[in-house]
Amino acid sequence: MLALAALMLMGTEVSAAGNGIVIDGSTTVGPIAKSFAAYFTKRYGVPVTVSESGSGNGAKSLINGACDIAAMSRDMKTQEIAAARKKGIQPVAHVAALDGIAIVVHPSNPVRGLTKAQIAGIYQGRYTNWREVGGPNSRIVVIQRESNSGTQESFKTLVTGKAVPIMPRAESQASNGAVKSRVSTTPSAIGFIGMGFLDSSVRAVPVDGVKPSVASIRSGTYKLSRKLYFYTSGQPTGSIKQFLALPSTADGRRIISELGFISQ
Amino acid sequence: MSGDVNRDSNRSGAFVVSEGRRKMQKAARTAGESILLLIASFVAIVVLFIFYFVAVDAVPYFQQRGFAEFFTSSNWYPAGDPGEFGALAIIYGTGMVTLGSALLAVPMGIAAAVCLSDILPFSVRQYAKPVIEMLAAIPSVAFGFFALVILAPLLQTSGGPMLMWVWWILAGPFLLLAVIVGSDLLTAGIEEPVRRKRYATMLQVLFTLLAFLVLYVVGSQLNGMQILTGTNALNVSIILSFMALPTIVSVAEDSLQSVGRELREGSYALGATRAETLVKTVLPAASSGILAAVILGIMRSLGETMVVWMASGNSSHIPDPWYNYLEAVRTLTATIAGDMGEADQVTGSARYHVLFAMGLLLLVISFISNLISERIVVRQRKILSGQ
Repeated sequence: MLALAALMLMGTEVSAAGNGIVIDGSTTVGPIAKSFAAYFTKRYGVPVTVSESGSGNGAKSLINGACDIAAMSRDMKTQEIAAARKKGIQPVAHVAALDGIAIVVHPSNPVRGLTKAQIAGIYQGRYTNWREVGGPNSRIVVIQRESNSGTQESFKTLVTGKAVPIMPRAESQASNGAVKSRVSTTPSAIGFIGMGFLDSSVRAVPVDGVKPSVASIRSGTYKLSRKLYFYTSGQPTGSIKQFLALPSTADGRRIISELGFISQ
Repeated sequence: MSGDVNRDSNRSGAFVVSEGRRKMQKAARTAGESILLLIASFVAIVVLFIFYFVAVDAVPYFQQRGFAEFFTSSNWYPAGDPGEFGALAIIYGTGMVTLGSALLAVPMGIAAAVCLSDILPFSVRQYAKPVIEMLAAIPSVAFGFFALVILAPLLQTSGGPMLMWVWWILAGPFLLLAVIVGSDLLTAGIEEPVRRKRYATMLQVLFTLLAFLVLYVVGSQLNGMQILTGTNALNVSIILSFMALPTIVSVAEDSLQSVGRELREGSYALGATRAETLVKTVLPAASSGILAAVILGIMRSLGETMVVWMASGNSSHIPDPWYNYLEAVRTLTATIAGDMGEADQVTGSARYHVLFAMGLLLLVISFISNLISERIVVRQRKILSGQ
């Protein structure tokens, strides 16, 4: 009981302070938001709370006034903007960083490269065996993200298009980490993750002959790239404005590139 | 004479509390009873409210799209434009993992309960039961993590050999028993003891060879099997059965315990062996409690969300062939959890309300199975009490 009371007291204290920043949204932008939060709190003494619930949830939180900044790995949809306006909120986008969507396979997979059409074919169910795209004779285990994922939305926009949906047989995982973990343990799997999550446990396949890298994404030759956003309600002021200036500072750029993303 | 004594004691007040105090006690009793009634009805009201609010949000879906698509189509494209909301494959997936976990957990759970209540000595039971109940204290996300990170890769790398060992361990003793019982039964008609014994031995040898052949052939088939994806219905069924086990064991063991010593001793006194006592007396007497345990366990697997979301693979299609437990499936609970984030008033209301329709379906299923189990328990009690 006492502990509960203490907890409640603490809770009111934090919200009563009022100058804390609450960030909600994309699991892809999550690492940037968290590192920025730690840096910002240390430097300016302003508490920053980060939760990662997917881009869709971030937009919803912003519209409902539950967060100050919505981290999103895709553009806000027109319906979302309309819903925000209805509630008197004018969403403003701030680019946090650039990110490539890496198509990943198991390290033992001998496939050397895929074209965008092949990847779309795999996700739409036209190719079901690795043999059909230059790999070993093995069924393809297709892994996608849940529908609240911004990475999923970007992937659909960049690769498969809206006309033919991703086949129902494709498995869905709830986060970049879960996709990576599934691909790294499944020899015949294919998945897609934000470039910041790449490590040696999975192998990124060149798309249309271009490997995802800082240079190829900045120059635009790697086609599966996108902008990551911080959305605010109206033009930011005060500490939120300070926070959103971080991506263009030297320290902010360093943090972004350390995390495997690309500063603008 | 005795009336006089009573009147005397009344007057002296030695055995009777004063009027005021009696009123106080009565008031306290009424207050206590009404508080308890309030709490009990509060619980009932909460259930009704949940039903009401889920139904209120589910009805618009059916008004907009009707029943046919939801129950007969397996095209689940909630994010499509326009969206498609065929939940057949998802309902099927829920049924599949629930059935799978029940098939694993029910025999194991009842066997463990019988073992705990009637076979293990008291001192062992004292420690064994809390350990089994500990399983219920493990958070479901930990089970899910285990399923995703350990069991899924394990099934992929060595699923075939694992299945072969399970087959040998389960089918081996069973086939052995079948060989002995079968050859005895087939030769029971032969009158002459010497000939009967000779035939029985011959049959036993024949059947043993056959059994080994079956064990070997099926075993090597399983051994050679390559499990493509470890996040599948089998994985989830195994984990869900572990999660349902403590409930089944605990409740079933309690009901076995509540079968009195008298029944067991009566059965022994009539010359029954321990096995006969267990199978013919104790288990039937405890059957209503065991059934309740089974239903509770199945409800546990039906409603579990985190594990199935993490480890079932979440692909909304009916496996091919339909009984293939080695393919990824998607369940109602995981769909609600996975799609809730995106499905709000913003992105079209059918998509939002369809999740409530799924929730309502889950509620109705558990409501119906609770009713059925209640019915069976009542009937069983009537039979047992000889009415």
